Amino acid sequence: MTSELDIFVGNTTLIDEDVYRLWLDGYSVSDAVALRVRSGILEQTGATAAVLQSDTMDHYRTFHMLERLLHAPPKLLHQLIFQIPPSRQALLIERYYAFDEAFVREVLGKKLSKGTKKDLDDISTKTGITLKSCRRQFDNFKRVFKVVEEMRGSLVDNIQQHFLLSDRLARDYAAIVFFANNRFETGKKKLQYLSFGDFAYCAELMIQNWTLGAVDSQVDDMDVDLDKEFLQDLKELKMLVADKDLLDLHKSLVCTALRGKLGVFSEMEANFKNLSRGLVNVAAKLTHNKDVRDLFVDLVEKFVEPCRSDHWPLSDVRLFLNQYSASVHSLDGFRGGSLSVGPPS
Amino acid sequence: MPGKLKVKIVAGRHLPVMDRASDLTDAFVEVKFGNTTFKTDVYLKSLNPQWNSEWFKFEVDDEDLQDEPLQITVLDHDTYSANDAIGKVYIDIDPLLYSEAATVISGWFPIYDTIHGIRGEINVVVKVDLFNDLNRFRQSSCGVKFFCTTSIPKCYRAVIIHGFVEELVVNEDPEYQWIDRIRTPRASNEARQRLISLMSGELQRKIGLKVLEMRGNAVVGYLQCFDLEGESGLVVRAIGTACTLDKLSSPAALLPACNSPSKEMKEIPFNEDPNPNTHSSGPSTPLKNQTYSFSPSKSYSRQSSSSDTDLSLTPKTGMGSGSAGKEGGPFKALLRQQTQSALEQREFPFFTLTAFPPGFLVHVGGVVSARSVKLLDRIHNPDEPETRDAWWAEIRQEIKSHAKALGCHAVVGYSESTSICEEVCILSASGTAAVLNPRFLQDGTVEGCLEQRLEENLPAGCGFCHIPYDELNMPFPAHLTYCYNCRKQKVPDVLFTTIDLPIDATVIGKGCLIQARLCRLKKKAQAEANATAISNLLPFMEYEVHTQLMNKLKLKGMNALFGLRIQITVGENMLMGLASATGVYLAALPTPGGIQIAGKTPNDGSYEQHISHMQKKINDTIAKNKELYEINPPDTSEEIIGSPIPEPRQRSRLLRSQSESSDEVTELDLSHGKKDAFVLEIDDTDAMEDVHSLLTDVPPPSGFYSCNTEIMPGINNWTSEIQMFTSVRVIRLSSLNLTNQALNKNFNDLCENLLKSLYFKLRSMIPCCLCHVNFTVSLPEDELIQVTVTAVAITFDKNQALQTTKTHVEKSLQRASTDNEELLQFPLELCSDSLSSHPFPPAKATSVDYSSFADRCSSWIELIKLKAQTIRRGSIKTTVTVEKASPMGEGNFRNRATPPCASSTVGVVKMTPLSFIPGAKITKYLGIINMFFIRETTSLREEGGVSGFLHAFIAEVFAMVRAHVAALGGNAVVSYIMKQCVFMENPNKNQAQCLINVSGDAVVFVRESELEVVSTQQPTANCQPSCTGGEVTT
Repeated sequence: MTSELDIFVGNTTLIDEDVYRLWLDGYSVSDAVALRVRSGILEQTGATAAVLQSDTMDHYRTFHMLERLLHAPPKLLHQLIFQIPPSRQALLIERYYAFDEAFVREVLGKKLSKGTKKDLDDISTKTGITLKSCRRQFDNFKRVFKVVEEMRGSLVDNIQQHFLLSDRLARDYAAIVFFANNRFETGKKKLQYLSFGDFAYCAELMIQNWTLGAVDSQVDDMDVDLDKEFLQDLKELKMLVADKDLLDLHKSLVCTALRGKLGVFSEMEANFKNLSRGLVNVAAKLTHNKDVRDLFVDLVEKFVEPCRSDHWPLSDVRLFLNQYSASVHSLDGFRGGSLSVGPPS
Repeated sequence: MPGKLKVKIVAGRHLPVMDRASDLTDAFVEVKFGNTTFKTDVYLKSLNPQWNSEWFKFEVDDEDLQDEPLQITVLDHDTYSANDAIGKVYIDIDPLLYSEAATVISGWFPIYDTIHGIRGEINVVVKVDLFNDLNRFRQSSCGVKFFCTTSIPKCYRAVIIHGFVEELVVNEDPEYQWIDRIRTPRASNEARQRLISLMSGELQRKIGLKVLEMRGNAVVGYLQCFDLEGESGLVVRAIGTACTLDKLSSPAALLPACNSPSKEMKEIPFNEDPNPNTHSSGPSTPLKNQTYSFSPSKSYSRQSSSSDTDLSLTPKTGMGSGSAGKEGGPFKALLRQQTQSALEQREFPFFTLTAFPPGFLVHVGGVVSARSVKLLDRIHNPDEPETRDAWWAEIRQEIKSHAKALGCHAVVGYSESTSICEEVCILSASGTAAVLNPRFLQDGTVEGCLEQRLEENLPAGCGFCHIPYDELNMPFPAHLTYCYNCRKQKVPDVLFTTIDLPIDATVIGKGCLIQARLCRLKKKAQAEANATAISNLLPFMEYEVHTQLMNKLKLKGMNALFGLRIQITVGENMLMGLASATGVYLAALPTPGGIQIAGKTPNDGSYEQHISHMQKKINDTIAKNKELYEINPPDTSEEIIGSPIPEPRQRSRLLRSQSESSDEVTELDLSHGKKDAFVLEIDDTDAMEDVHSLLTDVPPPSGFYSCNTEIMPGINNWTSEIQMFTSVRVIRLSSLNLTNQALNKNFNDLCENLLKSLYFKLRSMIPCCLCHVNFTVSLPEDELIQVTVTAVAITFDKNQALQTTKTHVEKSLQRASTDNEELLQFPLELCSDSLSSHPFPPAKATSVDYSSFADRCSSWIELIKLKAQTIRRGSIKTTVTVEKASPMGEGNFRNRATPPCASSTVGVVKMTPLSFIPGAKITKYLGIINMFFIRETTSLREEGGVSGFLHAFIAEVFAMVRAHVAALGGNAVVSYIMKQCVFMENPNKNQAQCLINVSGDAVVFVRESELEVVSTQQPTANCQPSCTGGEVTT
């Protein structure tokens, strides 16, 4: 006796969160069944393995059918085939677009192309995330990227509107899109200590301050591309290190302000020139695409590492950077914003 | 020109990409009604076209309005080649034709293609202007309302229940016409869909005409079925109950209950009829003439050649030997005469209803059923469907005579079905013989009932259990006792019915789903030989199904079955029988005896031991079940009344029911003592298997209940969460081990596993009950068994239920004990009477001889046949008590305000096979939904194999039903049923096809929490349905 066909269709589509998770994690039906058995569900419910198998298959089939709709979440809301309560719809979408930290760190800043997709096997082996799940996450990134890439308006809003994600998740996706678009290098060994959250934080600030959208909210690509003019302007910062007087003045301003407030004051004072040179050089190079990609590597090399070797506490770094950029305003010839970014160490 | 149909095509969305080059579609729409077609403009390059068309107007006869569906076809414009069809929408405009239903159909409909499934949606608005037409010869029956619901719809009152209406129309099946060889599958499917849609329209119109003739205004319990006879054609047939309904202005006007007739019963004289031979004479004769005939031609001639029943014209009295009831003597004559006058004018006093206004049902006799095997031949003249008509007429006659034999003049809970395999067709009909209160059947006034009711306060809740037949002239052997409730009338020891549990019935404990499952191998044969083989097998199957039901019922410690539905399915090389029913313990009937096992083999130590071990297991199971289903009948009273011949041994045992004391005794003395015990004889492995299989049925996990009736006896505090579902399973049998046992086991496992899966899937709803569990079996191919289940899971509040039940039991207990004493002598007398009246001692124990199975010696056959028949019709008896603890059951239900749930979001359309929605009030019926879909694929693997294909299709069917309901302004479908799900596959060719037919009533409901909760009495019946309705779709 073999089961040829075995289906269950509810007027309200049944969604089992646990099975959904297993499906998203890319487990095959048999693996999922094995995992469910291990979870003790058979004992709790008195079901048999065959029942579990049938149930799992059924859910997988449903998810498979839903997947097409999940690719364009607004469709899920308007479709008539599956009757799903709104709260469940939200859950389906949110979970579908959720990603693994380990995975996102691997692809963050990479071009979302076929080439990268081919490397997913390696990523899968490296991270222990199933290839299937890697593909889903990668395709999600790519899909979101494609949709919002050339859209005008706020990146986060666009993502939210087209994919109905929660605010938090939409922000994360904005970061992913931003990084992918600018191809920031994040995979270097030196950067391994940074989490996705760290990068997302940077991305948010950069979107706010460095993009076209920061200047004009009515242009295409406003939140994804860096403002070229701004980058050009950054060149002028060279003065800060090229002009000796200015450098000294800057240093004394910062030192005066921070005296007594910094645990690592002496180290700062001793290193100021190096640090300032490092920062300014990084900024000034940003007109070249290559250097934009290496932004984070450079920052870590030129600024974070020296700080770390002197054991700067985080609070001191923050104070220093704030003061560093604030003081510039009181120098002749400087107005307006400047970089205010420093990856937290 | 009595009608103007207006259609407007507003917009489309989510259309498929039809032009690969641009990834877009140039869509336009054709709107067709009858022979007229309109087109919209082409909306270029969009997947979300906004046509916003003008109003397309069709001026048509109302006859066409009823028959024809509105066809909307969405196409992709192509300059150079033929336009490609995207898909179609069929809209049945019937709901717009009666005044109280929907006034406009407006909403998003899925665009459906038989090859690709749903492809986007289209927004359509449809209206109808009807002109009054006083033409008395008209062919249309606009205005007659149709309901699938098998009870009086909630916001109506039955003024008169006229009775049975039936009709059938036949046609050639487009799939089998020559043209099918040259057209595409799509064209062929569409031709079929359209034809069936047309035929259902026509059928409904014709039935409507009959209703008008009877001066009714509605059909309740409308059941329409398709018989796909293959080569020989396509039959669409329908039955229903014609009624005159009144819209309720306020629920206070609910029908008063009138159970008048039970009074007369008191006067029953103990008739000293000298001829107590219950077996062979008198009323039992009609039982015998049951025909398992197959007749390719019309062996039965009727006066009228059309399928008209001409209810009002043919006062067919006394067919055959006259009514059995009359033979029985003066007994209950008064009552009978009253009703007979009303009913005998009708050719078929049948009612498709399964629940009735209070007082309508007076007595229930038992299940009556008839089957006949026919050979299909080509229908030569579709306009004169005589053969099919004659076939059904024959079966109905038989049912009628069975009912008479049970002393009943009517059949309720009536239904008909067919099973077709190649050119053999089994026609089946079944129902419950009953005595009805005539007052509802004629133009009498309902007010009369009211008064009557005041005079009599006989205990309700047991009247229907009282036997309608003459106890001295019983049509079958049965054991009678005095009613445990009123102590005045006789009741049988078990009661089988096809109806729902009457609201006022007193039930003890909870009910449960009971199924009998059976397979029988059959040689492959052609034509007549095949039909003969089937005919020969049928009685055995029926007999065995009933034995199984009886055994399982006893095993559950219950004494009545409701909602009994026996399905016999024929396949190439086997027959399958599946009976489902809801078992309950009726307080009015005696406690069921235990099951006693007896071995036939001469003394053999280990064998004896084995037997007693088994006996113990059975007794344990019964005890466990009693606990599980909370069956604690009042013990004391029962002892006194239940065992009129007190046995010392029994008295000494305190617990449980006396009948279980049997575990000590294994002797085979059936004629004395142990009168209640049900004896199973085991003399070979077959019988052993059977006993084993009895014990393998696993009860549902805790927190779950299941039943196949509308509601679960014993649970009355439903909460509002419902989940309707359909589950389909197909298994392939390995051809190696095809023995009856292996088959039975496979089939049994299939059903049990399916149930287990359901329990598992719905575990998040616990505590909950699966209601209206409806199993359908089909044998699509040689080694395939397909089981389809549709049911609804409803949550309930565990805490509230118990109390009500308890108080009630106590009450009835008290009443019982006070009455005991006076009655004591009667039972004694009765008992000795009935003792002597039984010609065969074993009959008394209703024993079923397991050893006597089938193919062994032919001499058994006659006896078995006889038994099978008797059991089938008759041995029906037990029923239950309680549940509706207080007469306020309904009230309680209402008061339980459901917490305002956030789920009442826009767009949700509930579906349920029940006639009501828990925690809500139906404010309006919008019309019948009756839809037929075909889906075909030539890329089965790509669509996820058979499971993926069917899963998607069923989901699409649900979606289309919901969309239609929403477009009518409704938010639920009640009495939903999937009448057909025919699935065929050809994996080698990567192809599959499936036909699904569903129906139900579109309604508007309002959550009770949204009504003023204060007075359940005044829920402003005309409360605006719009509150939830209209805006539904988005």
